[in-house]
Amino acid sequence: MIEPALRIEGLCKSFGSLVATDDLHLDILPGEIHAIIGPNGAGKTTLIAQLSGELRPDRGRVTFAGRDITSMSIPARSALGLARSFQITSIFQDFTALDNVALAIQAHAGHSFRFWRPAQKDPALRDPAQAALEHIGLGDRGDVPAANLSHGEQRQLEIAMALATEPSLLLLDEPMAGMGRDESTRMVELLQGLRGNHTIVLIEHDMDAVFALADRITVLVYGRAIATGAPAQIRADAAVRAAYLGTEAADA
Amino acid sequence: MTKRQIWLSLITLVLFAIVPPLTIIFDQPFYMDMMARIMIFAMAAVSLDLILGYGGMVSFGHAAYMGVGAYAVGILSYYGIDNGFLQFPLAMAASAIIGLAFGAMSLRTTGVYFIMITLAFAQMLYFFAISLEEFGGDDGMSSMRSEFAGLIDLNDSLQFYYLVFICLGVVLYLLHRLVQSRFGMVIRAARSNDKRMQAVGFSTYRYKLAGFTIAATICGLAGALFANLNEFVSPDVMHWTHSGEIMIMVIMGGIGTLIGPVLGASAFLLLEEYLPEWMDMVMKDAGEHWAIIMGPVLIAIVLFGRGGIHALFTSKAKAKGGNHD
Repeated sequence: MIEPALRIEGLCKSFGSLVATDDLHLDILPGEIHAIIGPNGAGKTTLIAQLSGELRPDRGRVTFAGRDITSMSIPARSALGLARSFQITSIFQDFTALDNVALAIQAHAGHSFRFWRPAQKDPALRDPAQAALEHIGLGDRGDVPAANLSHGEQRQLEIAMALATEPSLLLLDEPMAGMGRDESTRMVELLQGLRGNHTIVLIEHDMDAVFALADRITVLVYGRAIATGAPAQIRADAAVRAAYLGTEAADA
Repeated sequence: MTKRQIWLSLITLVLFAIVPPLTIIFDQPFYMDMMARIMIFAMAAVSLDLILGYGGMVSFGHAAYMGVGAYAVGILSYYGIDNGFLQFPLAMAASAIIGLAFGAMSLRTTGVYFIMITLAFAQMLYFFAISLEEFGGDDGMSSMRSEFAGLIDLNDSLQFYYLVFICLGVVLYLLHRLVQSRFGMVIRAARSNDKRMQAVGFSTYRYKLAGFTIAATICGLAGALFANLNEFVSPDVMHWTHSGEIMIMVIMGGIGTLIGPVLGASAFLLLEEYLPEWMDMVMKDAGEHWAIIMGPVLIAIVLFGRGGIHALFTSKAKAKGGNHD
């Protein structure tokens, strides 16, 4: 059997009487794009927060790259090769796009107790940062302050920052949030391009994107995984239709 | 750094450099001491701006580190150790250690809690100094000027002035390098978005603590010079109002810039000195109430003059605070 890239065992998290993650077991396989879907309040963001280290689970275990990371700090997880993007765009607004990515490179280029040489002229940071920007299609936007980028570009920049840390696992929290049709299409293409090189856990509301991208899908309802499987399986699953897709179809 | 910023910095430093010849020509020695005092506070203000403007750490107890530096010199002097080569490094080391300790605890909090805890630590030191009966308690104690093995004579106002000037210049240059270095990028980006910094892999706490300690060390140097200037040390240096004044200097001059706090210290201390005189000229005894003018001036600067005096001269650089470099 293949060693999973990320293993979630018996994960539990409650806020008072609200159970956000309820005895969740899940294996993310290396190289797959694994989408996690579910209605609002299903505990998707809480799950991402526990995987990235922002929240401590009440019980259970998260294993990544063969290590138990359940109580590891956020920066330590990043050092192991786990990167994330945020649901609400989280970038360094008053730095340029290139600075943003260069900071991500710097985070994984040894310690930063270096006080003398100007970081913004350091080819060891700038060159890979420029390459990362070009890779996601922002090559000519490097000098623009991040705050002045369009919403779609900011979302792309988030991905570029996550990729710049050379992660083995990417946690993407609604990368298409707030995007227009064209921007979404471009993002799907971008993520398609990552297939094979990265393991991706994708949380997304845009079902077209999910079904276009995912190798496997897990459906989360009230913090429990009610189904995991290939897109076709999920589409055909009666419990899923009842809990989630049915209402989507009715809305559409 | 834009061309205008470089020019503004150079002109400011040149102006400080030519003060002594001018005071000699016009036979006004008093101004030399006053300008030395301004440069000492400028150093304290610049060090505060490193953590406040660049690092986003609103430390409301910065005068404490000036006090530690001053007391280090005063206490050594009390025990007959006047050697500046010993006093100055010890003063800076003492400030660094206390900055490290206070910072380590304070940086576990953020926002208003951080402001309050830094203030509380500073007040703790203030009352501790008052309790030091051996060193004059409330009244403070006199302190001899440091000896530098005959190389420089600090009893000579001119030599003292240029020592302060060189210290300020060196501090400004070192910080100019620092804020653009990898380390500088880390604390500036942590100010912008700490959560993102952690997600991307930085343990920001360590870097912020290092920045806090560096600021305290520089402020300790300012304190050591301050003890020499006054030939006197008292708990008053550490009073919270002084922490507030240093912060006002930063905001007046231009938060998130290096030369801004120097301009702010100059403006603040010159106003404090001359505003009462000017007011007396307008109306007899009005000078006592100089704060009536000073207060609104400060409020106006905070409300309308975003970027402070620095922005007046570098209007092109209307970046959001903290990021002109």
